[in-house]
Amino acid sequence: MSHHGARGGAALEVRFVPDEDVLKHIAEDAAFKVRKDKPQLAVSVKGFVKTLENISDDEAQEMLEEKSYVAVLGIRTQDSMGDGSGVGGGELYTFQTPKRSGKMAELASELARTPGQSEAPDCTECPKKNVKTPQSSSNKKNEFVSTTPYRLRRRLTAPDTQLESESEYSASCSEEEEEEEEQKESSTVAGRKTPAKTKAASTPLSKKSLSKKMKEDKMSNLVEQYFEAHSSSKVLTSDRTLQKLQKRRLNQETLRDLLKKAPLPYAAEIKELNQQHESLFSKWMLQLHLGFNIVLYGLGSKRDLLEKFRTSVLQDSVHLVVNGYFPSITVRSILNSITEEVLEHTGTFRSPLDQLEFIVKRFKEDSSLELYVLIHNLDSQMLRGERSQQILAQLSSLPSVYLIASIDHINAPLMWDQAKQSLYNWLWYETTTFSPYVEETSYENSLLVQQSGSLALSSLTHVLRSLTPNARGIFRLLARYQLENKDNPSYPGLSFQDFYQQCREAFLVNSDLTLRAQLTEFRDHKLIRTKRGADGVEYLLIPVDDSTLTDFLEKEDEDV
Amino acid sequence: QQIQEEMNKQLFDNLVSFLRRSHSEFQEKATEWTCRMKSREIPTAALVLGVNVTDHDLTFKSLSEILQNNITPYVASLQAKDCPGIKNLMQKLMGQLMNCYVDADSSEEEDCAQVSPNRIRCSMTSLISWYENITKKTDSETPNRKRTSSRHLQSPPVVVIFKDMESFTTKVLQDFIVISSQHIHELPLILIFGIATSPMIIHSLLPHSISSLLCIELFQSLSCKEHLSTIIDKLLLTTQFAFKLSEKVLQVLINIFLYHDFSVQNFIKGFQLCIVEHFYSQPLSVLCCELSEAKKRVNSLSHSQCENIRRLPSFRRYVESQESEKQIALLTSDNFLKEAVQKLLEDLHVYHENYLPVLRCLHVFTSSLPKYPLGKQIRELHCACLESRVWETEDYESSLQLARMLNKSDLVTMLQKCVEIFVSSSGKDFDKVVEKLKDFLAQFQKLEGACQEQGESISSQKELQKKTDLYHLQKSLLELKESRRSKKLTKFEVLRFEVVDFIDSLVKNYLVPADHQTLHELVYFSRAGALREHLNAAPRVALHTALNNPGCYLKHQALRSDGGSLSNKAPDVCIVYKLHLECGRLINLVDWLEAFATVVTAAEGPSGDAAVSDQVDDVIHARFIRAVSELELLGFIKASKQKTDHVARLTWGGC
Repeated sequence: MSHHGARGGAALEVRFVPDEDVLKHIAEDAAFKVRKDKPQLAVSVKGFVKTLENISDDEAQEMLEEKSYVAVLGIRTQDSMGDGSGVGGGELYTFQTPKRSGKMAELASELARTPGQSEAPDCTECPKKNVKTPQSSSNKKNEFVSTTPYRLRRRLTAPDTQLESESEYSASCSEEEEEEEEQKESSTVAGRKTPAKTKAASTPLSKKSLSKKMKEDKMSNLVEQYFEAHSSSKVLTSDRTLQKLQKRRLNQETLRDLLKKAPLPYAAEIKELNQQHESLFSKWMLQLHLGFNIVLYGLGSKRDLLEKFRTSVLQDSVHLVVNGYFPSITVRSILNSITEEVLEHTGTFRSPLDQLEFIVKRFKEDSSLELYVLIHNLDSQMLRGERSQQILAQLSSLPSVYLIASIDHINAPLMWDQAKQSLYNWLWYETTTFSPYVEETSYENSLLVQQSGSLALSSLTHVLRSLTPNARGIFRLLARYQLENKDNPSYPGLSFQDFYQQCREAFLVNSDLTLRAQLTEFRDHKLIRTKRGADGVEYLLIPVDDSTLTDFLEKEDEDV
Repeated sequence: QQIQEEMNKQLFDNLVSFLRRSHSEFQEKATEWTCRMKSREIPTAALVLGVNVTDHDLTFKSLSEILQNNITPYVASLQAKDCPGIKNLMQKLMGQLMNCYVDADSSEEEDCAQVSPNRIRCSMTSLISWYENITKKTDSETPNRKRTSSRHLQSPPVVVIFKDMESFTTKVLQDFIVISSQHIHELPLILIFGIATSPMIIHSLLPHSISSLLCIELFQSLSCKEHLSTIIDKLLLTTQFAFKLSEKVLQVLINIFLYHDFSVQNFIKGFQLCIVEHFYSQPLSVLCCELSEAKKRVNSLSHSQCENIRRLPSFRRYVESQESEKQIALLTSDNFLKEAVQKLLEDLHVYHENYLPVLRCLHVFTSSLPKYPLGKQIRELHCACLESRVWETEDYESSLQLARMLNKSDLVTMLQKCVEIFVSSSGKDFDKVVEKLKDFLAQFQKLEGACQEQGESISSQKELQKKTDLYHLQKSLLELKESRRSKKLTKFEVLRFEVVDFIDSLVKNYLVPADHQTLHELVYFSRAGALREHLNAAPRVALHTALNNPGCYLKHQALRSDGGSLSNKAPDVCIVYKLHLECGRLINLVDWLEAFATVVTAAEGPSGDAAVSDQVDDVIHARFIRAVSELELLGFIKASKQKTDHVARLTWGGC
């Protein structure tokens, strides 16, 4: 019951703990897990369905995507033609009501046996909350959501003892598990669910109507809640960084090597999936020839699939493969490769539109000309712009250009308005492959901080090495100064005048102008950033995180 | 190949019918413009097209074609995206006009070739000089040229079409209008605005000083719904095309049309897709063609195709209803089967022939009933009939009730319409029906006289009663009421009942749903699910399902879960996704990583415990990185600068 203590002390954090608990228990007790997760999901889904009725999903779309999911499903069922295969996501939500009632009853009886316990935390919590932020309950909710698993962290710092005690814990404190679970229900429905829900779960019979009313009340507040949540810039998360993890950063190669070592799970199943998709190849060909274009969606890399399509079907025909995920791809380069490689035209164009016009003309003149265009990741950063999509759409609308593309981003369909969609003339195919996005993610700088650090460091040293000793000295000066001020969160940077003064004192520059010229060079290499303060003074900053900077200085000192 | 050809023919027919309609629609408009050309202001036509943007292109294409053929060779159509500034607009305009001039008479080619449209300075003056140039030339040219120009007017106007008026920048439009109004005397210009929303937009886009320069006339194009019903009428409700849509498919297509885009083009696209799918997936669709052709093809069926026929559920039903020796023959002898199939195909054809007129006839009756229990449009009725036995539905019941209360003049006109429908239809069984209907009509005629007599008698009766005292009056009224109740219905009422019953019998005879017909699989496309999947896909749902419930796709025992919970053996992305769902707006990568490591090591079993003491395994770290970057690629998270080592969540529940 020490947990109660913890909960009392930090009511905010407590809500989150069970989630991680569940994940732990998954490890040990599968049966238990199923029992736990089910009601949770059921409740959350139910919540969404409820909220649906109150909110026009147009407006709330962005904040509650899940709702629009349900909305989609709702439309599907309303259409009264759920033809099984058409309702992909429907199954997700099929477990909604029937199971829930049973589980809730079970839960209720469980709770009935220990009434004091179940009520106690609720009571202790509620007043506390009210003390903290009496004006609105929704605000609190948001804070709940954004707290990080405090206790999880505590546990992880001593994982072995915790893992050992885990089984014992789950066995002995089953009642408590139940209430934690119940709290979890409310916390997973994050922010839109209310304490009322918790209470409803604990005493479903007596307070049913009351809680229902409250819930409806809350749902109408949903929009306000959203804005409240986003107006408060304060986000409660733990302050831990990867720095403190004492973990060496992985670069691209080691990452790849490591991943190669790790066996791909479910290889057989994935292969089976792929074979299913491959059986569609001939159909795709037919449909491409009939003027449709094909777009593939679904989880998993579709690169291999498209490659296979290319090698097996398109071997003898002119085709162009566009790696959309490549960070420097542009529409221009696509068009260029068409004009140069396919049409064998040597000449330049003033604008992509001219080029497109030329291509269209050529294809219209010569009906024997056929071109297959395969685009991996049509929704990549570089291609998702309105103009590029327009050009690609016009290109794909040519009768002898056959486009087959893949999209991955969840919001990818938003790229196209109706005019573009009709130009593209898409046929959608769901090809969920579950294969990892190896190629697609390797170019992206998406490995977050883990990778960018090492890259930045090497680029720093590379650039600096090519500079004069004086210039290096100037940079070092700035870096030192920045490191000295690293504990000051409102450090604006070094003002130009101060910097000039320091540089003069160190005999690095002799005039204002030379320093400026030097700084321009730095700026061109993106080594520094200048920022104008409120008082009009120029401030200089090195846009590299402190640790990299420290590493850099250490290395420099070694060299010197 | 046969299939392909046939299909192409059908698609072509689609488009032609669509085009033809829009042509006729604009014919009259085009003639109108010609008479308005003398006005001092710039004649302007505002064409309200509605929100089905995708169809506009086609409309404009046909419009400019007609204009080019009938009125003037100088037609330029501009799109907003080509004209960010007045300069681009002029350039584009010049280019198009020059080009169409070249098209108009090829003899002039070298003239134009000298000045490539890109190089000339684009200004109104150059445009005018060019215009004068060519008009002069056409006037002084050889007689054969004269003939062509005489078809146009003496000084053909230059028509400029703004395809999407709303998306032009106001500045550009205003400038263009002001400039061209200065030159209207030298250059007869006509503007056409394509408008998607409402005619008010002109006034909100252009200030009064500008719009006063225009002489605007408003035209309303046909609404897209009417287009749709014509298309359905021409494609589905004819016996011409063997290919049919089943109720669900039609419903899907119509829903997409009504709820998503109002685009006739997309509807046609969907229809095309149905055809493709049908011919691709149904091996027996070779028989889906004209009756005579189909009969020939039946004879050349191979053994395996015969087997396919035997496997059809509707054919099985048919076989089961036969006597035993015939059953055996059908199932064993290919030749016997072929004969039977030929007969069945003929039946099917006859069914269709009968179905349509009766459907139309029923539509005549139901479409004018109050509240439209069976739908206003014939497509709704069609759907209802295809779905189930229509006479068993409640709506049908109520519509019959209502039909029994129709007044005479309505009834007569309806009957006349029905007669027309039946006469024009080719069905052989309808001679009797027509006769019967005509008989009804004649009886109604006869009734007319009788009715009047009756009315007189009633009035005389009332006259009589007026003279009696109150008590008698009461009594006699009561009697009258009694007699009314028990009295036989008037002749008209009897006749009305008869008519309705007759229609009812027709419906019961002929409007049997198609899936009760044998061999309906050959011509009806029914895989609505597939259609919807391809046209109206839900990529988000697919992603969500895959992430939440990988067992849906990967048929592995460890992933089989009931109730949507996620097993810890799921693919990494799924676990990471599930964990991130629990977080708020910002996610701490360290916590995330640790949570992930805990789950994964637990999944790998107790042996891993020692390794995970306080450092996360490298491999797991790498797997985590991969999963996170995959999530980023999918758009669930993005790097955040707000705090070190945090990522921002982008999707639902991010508040």
